[in-house]
Amino acid sequence: MKARLCVERLTLDYGPRRVLDDITLAIAEGAFTAIVGPNGCGKSTLLKTLLRLLVPRQGKVLLDGHDLADISPRTVSRQIALLPQGAESPEGLTVEELVHYGRAPYQSWWGRADHEDRLAVAQAMTHTGVTELAERPLHALSGGQRQRAWLAMVLAQQTPIVLLDEPTTFLDINHQHELMELLAGLRRQGRTLVAVLHDLNQAARYADVMVVLGPDGRIHDQGPPQRVMTAAMMQAIFGLSCHVDTDPVSATPRVTPLAGAPKGC
Amino acid sequence: MRGTSTHAPLLLAAALPGALLLTLLSLAVGAVPLTLQDTWHAVWSDSSPYSHLVLQLRLPRTLLAWPVGAALAVSGALVQGVTRNPLAAPDVIGVTSGAGLAAAFVVLVLGDMPLWTLPLSAFVGGLAAALLVYRLAWRGGVSPMHLVLVGVAVTQLFAAGIDYLASAQADRVALAVIWLRGSLWGRNWEHLMLALPLLPLLPAALLLAQRLNLLALGDAAAQALGVSVNNTRRQALLLAVLLASGAVAVAGTVAFIGLLAPHLARLLVGADHRRLLPLSALLGGLLLLLADTLGRGLLSPLEVPAGIMTALLGAPYFLYLLSRHRGGMI
Repeated sequence: MKARLCVERLTLDYGPRRVLDDITLAIAEGAFTAIVGPNGCGKSTLLKTLLRLLVPRQGKVLLDGHDLADISPRTVSRQIALLPQGAESPEGLTVEELVHYGRAPYQSWWGRADHEDRLAVAQAMTHTGVTELAERPLHALSGGQRQRAWLAMVLAQQTPIVLLDEPTTFLDINHQHELMELLAGLRRQGRTLVAVLHDLNQAARYADVMVVLGPDGRIHDQGPPQRVMTAAMMQAIFGLSCHVDTDPVSATPRVTPLAGAPKGC
Repeated sequence: MRGTSTHAPLLLAAALPGALLLTLLSLAVGAVPLTLQDTWHAVWSDSSPYSHLVLQLRLPRTLLAWPVGAALAVSGALVQGVTRNPLAAPDVIGVTSGAGLAAAFVVLVLGDMPLWTLPLSAFVGGLAAALLVYRLAWRGGVSPMHLVLVGVAVTQLFAAGIDYLASAQADRVALAVIWLRGSLWGRNWEHLMLALPLLPLLPAALLLAQRLNLLALGDAAAQALGVSVNNTRRQALLLAVLLASGAVAVAGTVAFIGLLAPHLARLLVGADHRRLLPLSALLGGLLLLLADTLGRGLLSPLEVPAGIMTALLGAPYFLYLLSRHRGGMI
């Protein structure tokens, strides 16, 4: 399995609390990796260390074998893009202006757009279906539209690797589905995707690799959903008794909690 | 917003003649009111009886309003951009009063110091105040409301310090009074020279403009777009302190320009710092000149310091902002 982005024995603390403990991970190239686990187990934290937004206590993140600490944010930004969680949208900023910001890694200090930039922006907006919204301010959009606008910004960045922090969390089910299908399309085009996902069935349906983080900040298991998503894992990580079967539509594993109160956790 | 941004050239085209007219007006207004015709004549002809009044007393003061007002406004825009906080400004977070206290100390306690020690001490005071407020407001991150509250408290402390110095050194107070309330009164060509270093600092802010735009998307998004977030924040704050303390060094603690000008600019051209910073500078200069001219003209021959005029304009606006953002949005 080829991997450009690797995590080696990474440990990270928030004050006295250990959030990530001895994480080693190789992000499979061209695959969709989903990071799952209970709330507060450090899923988003792990994603942020992949961009060196947080500085680990020990261990390192490697991009093509080089320590991310030694590479400038600008160089990294041409390889890895991020769809942030619950991103802020500055007052008055329009969709098109936001998507143009995705070109910043290739532009000079003033951010002047050239022909190539405008082409990338137009393509990204077409791809996510926000072309008609170009002139609209972000804060006037629905949650689903806004998330597609942010995804357009990420696409305009034209990076081989895309990180997504809970991209579907605040969306209605139809917009969740729409976004996940967009991501599946990107994956088919050969991009490497890493997403923190809340919904386990969604993760199992779309991901090639599931990484399960435990409440102790360690990796409990990683591998294809068919192998990872088991009743034993659900019991160990979520303290929940579940029935696992195969989803009749996507033919991927599906968990359904059994009746009765959960134990432990 | 796209809709407003297209007005930018039109705005500029309207602002320039307005600025020129106000400049001329500010030369005419004062204890000895002149007609615009006399003023114009006095500027261009040595034979005018008002040449000395206009060229030596009023012109340096009028010219000084531009770099001082612009520096305060750009400083405010930078602080607001870095903190993503519409209530932040150098005077709100204690920088202006810290600079004022340090400069008042030099004027009142040390006495006959060369003029260049003023900007230096103002900068040291402003920087120390910024660090102090930031440290006190730090709770593993700085919430905007916390920053403002700590800033207000520290500002009061520094103001008390200035008052104490003024009462303890009563014999020198006449000299320092120009400091205490922020004014352009009695400023001459020498002061204008002192303000010249502000001029290259103003366009330097533009180097940060696009990075501030990206920073507005949040720290994570900005870093993912290639911005070195901590460096940008440090550079912008340092520049903001330099600009504010430079302004304080020549004009004293002029209130609210740093808050007001960027806000008005944002209403006119939106949040893009590439347009926001230049327009803030223009509006800052315009506001200070307007405040100084009004202060001279309203109760003539009595003079109301420009700092009091800006406070009269700015305080209600600040209260309006506070009420609008009450819901914890900021």
